[in-house]
Amino acid sequence: MSNINLSVNGKQYSLAPVAGETLSTLLRQRLNLTGTKIGCEEAECGACTVLVNGEPTMSCVYPAERADGKTIVTIEGLAQRVHEEMKLHPLQEAFVEHGAVQCGFCIPGQIMTAYALLKRNPDPTSDDVRFALKDTLCRCAGYPSIQNAILAAAQALRTGEPVQKPDHIPDSIHTHKTVGHKHLRPEAVEKVTGKAIYTDDLTFDGMLFAKAKRAMIPHGFLTKLDISKAKALKGVLAVLTADDIPGEHNHGLVIYDWPVMVGIGERVRYVGDALAIVAAETQEIADQASGLIEAEFDLQPIITNPVQARQDGVPQIHEKGNLLKHIKVRKGDMDAGFASADVVLEHTFHTPTTDHAFIEPECSIGVPLENGRMEIYVGSQIPYQDKTQVARALGWDEERVRIVGQLMGGGFGGKEDIMGQIHVALLANVTQRPVKLLFDRQESLLVHPKRHATQIRVKVGAKKDGRIVAMDTELYGDTGAYASLGEKVMTRATTHSAGPYDIENVRADCYAMYTNNPPSGAFRGFGVTQSAFAVESMMDMLAEKLKMDRVELRRMNALHVGSITNTGQVLRDSVGLTECIDKVEAEMRRVDPNPFSPKVDPENPNLVRAWGYASAYKNTGLGGGAPDKSGADVELYEDGTFQVRSSAAELGQGLVTVMRLVVSEEMSIAPEKVSVLVMDTDLTPNGGPTTASRQTFVTGNASRYAAKTLREQISATMAEKYDVRPEQIRFEDGIVHVNGHSMTYAEIYKEMMGMGQKPLVRYEYEAPKTKPLGEGGDMHFAFSFATQAAEVEVNKLTGEVRVLKVISANDVGMAVNPLGLQGQVEGGVMMGLGNCLTEEFIVENGNVVTDHLARYRVPGIMLTPEITSIIVEHPVEAGPYGAKGVGEVSSIPTTPAITNAIYNAVGVRIFKLPVDQEMIAKELWERESNK
Amino acid sequence: MNLWQEYKRPASIAEAIQALTSAPGPAMPIAGGTDLMLDLKQGRHSPVHTLIDLTFIREMTVLELRGDELFIGASVAVNQVATDPLVGDHAQALVEACNLIAGPQVRNTATIGGNVAHALPAADGTIALTALDAQAEVASPAGVRRMPFTSLFLGPGKSSINKSEEIIVGFYLPKLKKGQASCFKRIMRPQGVALPILNCSVWLEREKDTVKDIHIAVGPGGSTPFRATEAEAALCGRSFSEETFSHALEALLGQAKFRTSARRASAEYRKHIVGGLFRDVFEAAWKRAE
Repeated sequence: MSNINLSVNGKQYSLAPVAGETLSTLLRQRLNLTGTKIGCEEAECGACTVLVNGEPTMSCVYPAERADGKTIVTIEGLAQRVHEEMKLHPLQEAFVEHGAVQCGFCIPGQIMTAYALLKRNPDPTSDDVRFALKDTLCRCAGYPSIQNAILAAAQALRTGEPVQKPDHIPDSIHTHKTVGHKHLRPEAVEKVTGKAIYTDDLTFDGMLFAKAKRAMIPHGFLTKLDISKAKALKGVLAVLTADDIPGEHNHGLVIYDWPVMVGIGERVRYVGDALAIVAAETQEIADQASGLIEAEFDLQPIITNPVQARQDGVPQIHEKGNLLKHIKVRKGDMDAGFASADVVLEHTFHTPTTDHAFIEPECSIGVPLENGRMEIYVGSQIPYQDKTQVARALGWDEERVRIVGQLMGGGFGGKEDIMGQIHVALLANVTQRPVKLLFDRQESLLVHPKRHATQIRVKVGAKKDGRIVAMDTELYGDTGAYASLGEKVMTRATTHSAGPYDIENVRADCYAMYTNNPPSGAFRGFGVTQSAFAVESMMDMLAEKLKMDRVELRRMNALHVGSITNTGQVLRDSVGLTECIDKVEAEMRRVDPNPFSPKVDPENPNLVRAWGYASAYKNTGLGGGAPDKSGADVELYEDGTFQVRSSAAELGQGLVTVMRLVVSEEMSIAPEKVSVLVMDTDLTPNGGPTTASRQTFVTGNASRYAAKTLREQISATMAEKYDVRPEQIRFEDGIVHVNGHSMTYAEIYKEMMGMGQKPLVRYEYEAPKTKPLGEGGDMHFAFSFATQAAEVEVNKLTGEVRVLKVISANDVGMAVNPLGLQGQVEGGVMMGLGNCLTEEFIVENGNVVTDHLARYRVPGIMLTPEITSIIVEHPVEAGPYGAKGVGEVSSIPTTPAITNAIYNAVGVRIFKLPVDQEMIAKELWERESNK
Repeated sequence: MNLWQEYKRPASIAEAIQALTSAPGPAMPIAGGTDLMLDLKQGRHSPVHTLIDLTFIREMTVLELRGDELFIGASVAVNQVATDPLVGDHAQALVEACNLIAGPQVRNTATIGGNVAHALPAADGTIALTALDAQAEVASPAGVRRMPFTSLFLGPGKSSINKSEEIIVGFYLPKLKKGQASCFKRIMRPQGVALPILNCSVWLEREKDTVKDIHIAVGPGGSTPFRATEAEAALCGRSFSEETFSHALEALLGQAKFRTSARRASAEYRKHIVGGLFRDVFEAAWKRAE
């Protein structure tokens, strides 16, 4: 067979063909060009895009041998070496400057696709950009920023001028020296050049490849497992089963109910349960071996939904039954509340299971060390929990395990649970070789926890004037086979189920139920996404019934400072809801003075437009009495730079930037002089889980107080040495002024070390204490508030829905980095839009139908509306500079804003997600024929 | 478990047929491979030993005028079909269809031949070619033959081409004459599989207000790409009016076999929306033919 002769980034290669090899594998594994990412291996996500003879091409389905004679350009080939320095291509520069880079995993694909577009069309319109990027998915979904970056790069390339900066994003109204201004991500340049390393980009000498054998039946007892054929296969180093687990057999974030592997005689509870794990010399051998493992089951009846799970006489999936938790909220007197109401409405809503669909699938690498320890390389939202769970499974002391967190290609709550971490540890321990376990997209979709499917009944009572006097909700949440964070998620769904309103009488009952579906756990919005859809739909129905303006109804009932929440918490500060409501209304009415009335397209009478409106709130932090802590180290180095360290996770949301800015602010030094290290359990203190929109608050505070303490130490030491009062020492622009002396931080380092004081501070921040649900008082230490308005266009004939514009106002307390915030707002809207219109994780009788990205659609750039972001800043006293969380609340009101807009346009009420265009069309044609 | 063992890059059709018939194990021609690779990876296609790449064969990658016809090689990438001015001049419906197939990166690899060879009753390119009354050129060990486009299809996913020894070489389309025009549109849903709920393509010849000739294709309107011949008959030779159009629509609804496809669309919904889609496509082509 003749060699493959190809040019890659200007270099000629002649390579022997390898059977079955794709171009992406050749680039990543043979040429070590790992900037080309693999997201799905099914030509859906676009992360693997490279140029083949100038045309953007999905390298994951491109046979390597076809590349013979072709010219390939990858992300590594764009930056040019000018003298000694690498000069970014204007596209790379623009992506950095415009904050278009978040988790970064899709970015090589975005940039390569855009690069080809600009070669072909140097002056593209927005529509040209959208057309070209149609199938290059970004799950952080900063599509508007990506589009702006490409247009700015195009202009720079045409004119030769520098790339224009994003001047449409305002600074915080509470700016300090550093925080509150727009800042670039420290890791952005690596992400745009393909140099950023994610777990699958790592290789180790002698590394083996793993594969898990999955049950692929939803419910039954494992009666027989034959691994002999797999073991006998050449190249297989280990095949392990439940019998080979030296320590704890289960894992879990709250309840240890999830088997590492299901053993003989034990119960399989969902299709993704692992039965055995294989380590082999190559991935192909590992896959083949896994296929040779034979399992037999005693099949059991399948519990398919949470309502069925609670019925009498159905099979019980766990020893303690099918009920994970009955969650109750009680406030006031329901009977009296409803008795005093002039109007009572009651409806039931359904939301489906949805998937995070982060573009980077899960990957773990276990590396055994000679000293008997084990390192796990993994992109994880909770490194310290991984450490505990891995150690328990191995039966080891925790200190023998080190989690070395890697960059994450998106998480959104989906990388909190154990996936491959324990499996690679077991295999690496037995083989004493490094072992990599990379999920393919199908395994990722099958196995990791999802957003809970829910059924939510809402009954609301109001006075004629609009005052809501009673709200009664009943929720069923499908937590699937294992607890994961199900109880916490459904608690949040329940406590937020009456909306961000001040209501005297509230009752909520939630049944979080085990089923034989894939587990459900954390997902951006944490249950509130579901309950907000129900309650905000009800708010519009109530307004209609009362013949009242729907904005006015919300304003009248909105939580404000002094309100008491459903759980009995008095809100003392930072309640910017009314400002969100007002500002969104003003902007919406500026664009359309009559927003809620249907407007028929003069060109096409089938197209009708209208706006919809919705509000939401979401807690920041764990709350409910859980101690909410984060530790951070701040250290001054010999060269006068600082490092801030915490194991909090950077999953694309921008925490690393926040930590850097906070330290820069406190130490009065340029942000570039502050490096950040996160997610390493040996080197960084515990930052707690990256969940519940908590990290800006808790790790932001930990970093801030650590820096402050270090500054005080410096002051105290210098004061002593120079015999001045500490207050006389000033910190300005990287210089410390002491009684006429001006010292750089490098000099300060020397002084401190000279006096035997290592300039390093560890600070453990503990957020204000909270109370468990049911005890009243502060269940949470802060809440974020939001309102969104969406303009939609509905096709009356086909039922098709298009979202044209979204106005999003978020009370974030204080915008620490407005550039990062923009990405969170854009992405929040897009994830909400997907939740409303495109996403449905379908499980039929426990079997997953949507097991490929082609069947689970996440919104692309073509569906992106014009997004207007309004930042509202009501500082919370305990937050860093007043900041609170935004990651989740920015996504929550989108769905009901869209469904309310659909109703306003064509009069069809959506009770079930995702929106089904056929159902809209059918309701309209039946209405027409009944006329 | 490699996806394939041997990969052949023949430079001529004869070599390709030779490779196909002499492979030591199961052999499959691969054009763009954007579907085949997934079918192999996801186990929907039985394992193959030899893949025979059809994109290195010059004859199959040309797009050119040949006498009164436009020839499009089966290995021409969908994106090239969509952007080539010749196709724009003579087969606008095909441009519109090709611009909607998958996404830009896939269109750079996927071929028009592959779109047809899958024999799906609602593939966008296939429906446009049906309305354009294309002819297919097919090579076999016995030589090259031409066949009417619709005779390539036996049923959903079932082509009349014997993939163990035959190859679709390309397609011939009649050049567009004055008064003739075509159009393609489709209706999608944002969830689930990337297949259209319904698509429709019309080619017509107009003389003032009279429909001189018309081809109408609708997908999925049956188990193979569907030509609405009865609707064509209802319009052909008549001057266009609301009345003739309703007759044509009635004929289309009578002849088409709309079915319910799980999670995509019910037959009822398809029947409801086909009128509007057909009207849009017809009107656009009608206007273009002016």
